Amino acid sequence: MDDVTLGAEAVQDIEESPLHAARDDAAHGLPAPLVGHLRQLESEAIYVLREVAAQFERPCMLFSGGKDSIVCAHLASKAFAPGRIPFPLLHIDTGHNFPETLLFRDQLIQELGVRLLVRSVQDSIDAGRVQEEPGLNPSRNKLQTVTLLDALAELRIDAAIGGGRRDEEKARAKERFFSHRDAFGQWNPKNQRPELWNLFNGRKLDNEHFRVFPISNWTELDIWQYIAEQRIELPSLYFAHEREVVRRDGVLLAVGIHVTPQAGETVSCEKVRFRTIGDMTCTGAVLSAAGSLAAIIEEVATARITERGDRADDRRSEAAMEDRKRLGYF
Amino acid sequence: MDLLRFSTAGSVDDGKSTLIGRLLYDSKAIFEDQLQAVEQASAARGDATVDLALLTDGLRAEREQGITIDVAYRYTATPRRKFIIADTPGHIQYTRNMVTGASTAELAIILVDARKGVLTQSKRHSFIASLLQIPHIVVAVNKMDLVGYSEARFHEIVAEYRAFAAKLNVRDVVYIPISALHGDNIVSQSANMPWYNGTTLLHHLETVNIGAGRNIVDFRLPIQYVIRASNADGRDFRGFAGQIVSGRIALGEEVVALPTGIRSRVAGIHRGEESYERAQVGDSIVVTLEDEIDVSRGDMLVRVRNLPHSSNQIDATLCWMSEGPMNCRGNGPGGDFAAHFTPGNWYWLQHSTRRVRASVQELNYRIDVDTMHRQDAQTLQLNEIGRAHIVTTEPLFFDAYQINRATGSFILMDPHTNNTVAAGMIRDRARRVSEIVQTRERSRSRPALAASRSSDVVWEPVAVTRPMREEINGHAAAVLWFTGLSGSGKSTIAKALEQRLYRLGVRTFSLDGDNVRHGLNSDLGFSAEARQENIRRVAEVAKLAYEHGNIVLCTFISPYIADRDAARALVAASDPERGGQGADRAGAVGEPTGPFWEVYVKCDLEVCKGRDPKGLYARAARGEIPNFTGVSAPYEEPTRPDLVLETDRYSADEIAQQILDELVQAGIVASS
Repeated sequence: MDDVTLGAEAVQDIEESPLHAARDDAAHGLPAPLVGHLRQLESEAIYVLREVAAQFERPCMLFSGGKDSIVCAHLASKAFAPGRIPFPLLHIDTGHNFPETLLFRDQLIQELGVRLLVRSVQDSIDAGRVQEEPGLNPSRNKLQTVTLLDALAELRIDAAIGGGRRDEEKARAKERFFSHRDAFGQWNPKNQRPELWNLFNGRKLDNEHFRVFPISNWTELDIWQYIAEQRIELPSLYFAHEREVVRRDGVLLAVGIHVTPQAGETVSCEKVRFRTIGDMTCTGAVLSAAGSLAAIIEEVATARITERGDRADDRRSEAAMEDRKRLGYF
Repeated sequence: MDLLRFSTAGSVDDGKSTLIGRLLYDSKAIFEDQLQAVEQASAARGDATVDLALLTDGLRAEREQGITIDVAYRYTATPRRKFIIADTPGHIQYTRNMVTGASTAELAIILVDARKGVLTQSKRHSFIASLLQIPHIVVAVNKMDLVGYSEARFHEIVAEYRAFAAKLNVRDVVYIPISALHGDNIVSQSANMPWYNGTTLLHHLETVNIGAGRNIVDFRLPIQYVIRASNADGRDFRGFAGQIVSGRIALGEEVVALPTGIRSRVAGIHRGEESYERAQVGDSIVVTLEDEIDVSRGDMLVRVRNLPHSSNQIDATLCWMSEGPMNCRGNGPGGDFAAHFTPGNWYWLQHSTRRVRASVQELNYRIDVDTMHRQDAQTLQLNEIGRAHIVTTEPLFFDAYQINRATGSFILMDPHTNNTVAAGMIRDRARRVSEIVQTRERSRSRPALAASRSSDVVWEPVAVTRPMREEINGHAAAVLWFTGLSGSGKSTIAKALEQRLYRLGVRTFSLDGDNVRHGLNSDLGFSAEARQENIRRVAEVAKLAYEHGNIVLCTFISPYIADRDAARALVAASDPERGGQGADRAGAVGEPTGPFWEVYVKCDLEVCKGRDPKGLYARAARGEIPNFTGVSAPYEEPTRPDLVLETDRYSADEIAQQILDELVQAGIVASS
């Protein structure tokens, strides 16, 4: 498990798709100054990131390669400019990533000049820490909690910054900016520290840690508007493209090495895009023709289904997210 | 698009969840899969209708019990504005969660059930909203459908709330009759209430002036983090990162760093790769200075001519948030300072980016959040609110919370459990009587002789001055002028107060309207002129007693504003140094500032008539007493009294304690 500073992952799966999204407008140079709610949300997030750097000794930023992670990394680079981001990014690699995600990750790391740490679920399986779920195309979503907690302990991380947003899910609506985790990495939603004004209490015992969510107050639409305003580049997966998909449990999954069609399932080629990016085994695509940020913002603004509505991992029970978060999930 | 943060408080019964569900649903912030999940959950529970509360109550325990426990944040937006809703519980055992939700809100929706009127819970939410200085209040009179959309009922509730809110420090209250269930006056004007011409709830939320809670005058930049890097030209970059919590700043402006006091000028304002000429409240920036000066986390950049207070003695309102009670030294003034910081006696205090050790030296009183009464207490328990004197190991740079929410707030953290145990709102620098007496003595080194009436009369200088007497008495002198209708309770309250003061060893002098008319003023009648002379004589006597170091309690109907102002001027003239005197004094109602307090004993005329302790109203009604105030002679209400006492609402003992608390707060009497 090495520190990766340059992308060396295989890219053979990638088809003809462009690596980085085309920009909506051709203009280059600095983006226009932010106004209104985005300016306030950005200031708030930068304030939180600086509090983390000031209050903790060994923070890290969890990086999944999804848009929320990318926005967080962008915010961190702004928060500490012209200095470098004073903490590493940590990627918990399930081994089920979209290849585009990994390639994009490695380019971003290089641009930001930040250190990347990778810990993989496969290693946890090989070490006997977790067992792969039985069946075809198993989900490693639950397993990665163990890999994450092991990594935090190994690296003695005292604050792990995440891209969670309160609008994503009802248990997340109760999250603090500074979310305390006990020695077992557990979240106790019924006894959270009150969080008043913008005064963050990062005090803890030695073996405890914090999860910090600088974009707590952002909605999916805010994220997209910010990406557009700031001209942040994203993996191509977020934009509409032709792809082979299979419908399983009402979710459109991308066919690839981690998802193979089973008997009775039919593979079709559709114009799709992804609203969130997680594992290939559980991230559903949506039928969409939105090929530009403007089209995506239009789509998000009128969407009638939440972005996690296409996540098979959240649909297991009414309190699926709360239960996973209690155990130490992202 | 701008951003409004607002809070709601309440439980399912109040229709709070229905209201939020309605706001989210009508502004299309509820998604189909969320609604579907709620429908399924309701069906699984065997509920007949879809329970919208399931949308807002996110935790398993909340759904099981059908209550809101924790603060949940919800988001919605219209084309005009983004909204962040802090959705909080309403029960008293979750006061700390209400305080948390209110701490960042710019507007609070207070729900009132049209059938039930203004209940304790609505009052509690209002009190917390005023305590946390939420600038805008919306009183949503809900369930109008269940009272037949009655205009009369709505106005009844408005009047009821208005009477209650008079006691609160709230600036902007808007009343809207709604039915969250049916959507009346939520998004569009209700056809069921054609008599209501005001704004709808959503329209108000979209248009209410944002930023009223922000201080745009006093520049304060608490430093979070120092950024060091090498510039492209190889020179060292040293920038001070932080969020401007109030005011604004521009390139070239002079600033001073606290606590060092070293001055410099702003050389650069940065955010990411962008550079700006100016920045304002709310902006997270990096500032570079022209000179290399020592600034680090916990320091504050401010303007040279606009400094915050600096003190390690803080007078603050605390909301206790921990299961364990507050640890209070309670040893009063003059204790050994180091003794406050023995193990188990102190807390970490986080104020802006500054973290210091703190100890609660003294609890002045506890406030009942439901009645707003002040109570004697030794400590604060979970969810209790009180006023305390806090000592810190290093000075804080602060403003009063009322002026600046960001530099007037702090939290206390337990050094052992690390939990956040209290939220604090700074009222002022804590001061003691001895300090006040000394300050005043210094300021009185000039000869104070402003009130000689006639050039023929020479004022005989006294051998023992009032400040000398005050020092030996251990309290300051003052005149408390109780005015109000006959039977309003002036004498009763003054007696109760005088007994308390006597027990504290305070020297008092009482002048009663009935008694002086037996002797000193037995020659005077009840015409306007005679009343004027009556008050003039009494005021002169009060002034003499005041000059002799007493707290003078005057109980006179004194129905004319001009006469009371004359009495005030007389006392003020004998002490021109103490601020806020004269008719145009600066203090707000309920904030006494000088030695003369006009205390309005307010009581409804009908209540006074009902009491009629001396049978005077009955006689006046029969025409046996001419010129009787309230019956056949006018009573001019005080326009800006220093204190207002409502004797038809509280007992004489409660009111006497309230006055005593005010005397302690004003530094006139030392706390017991």
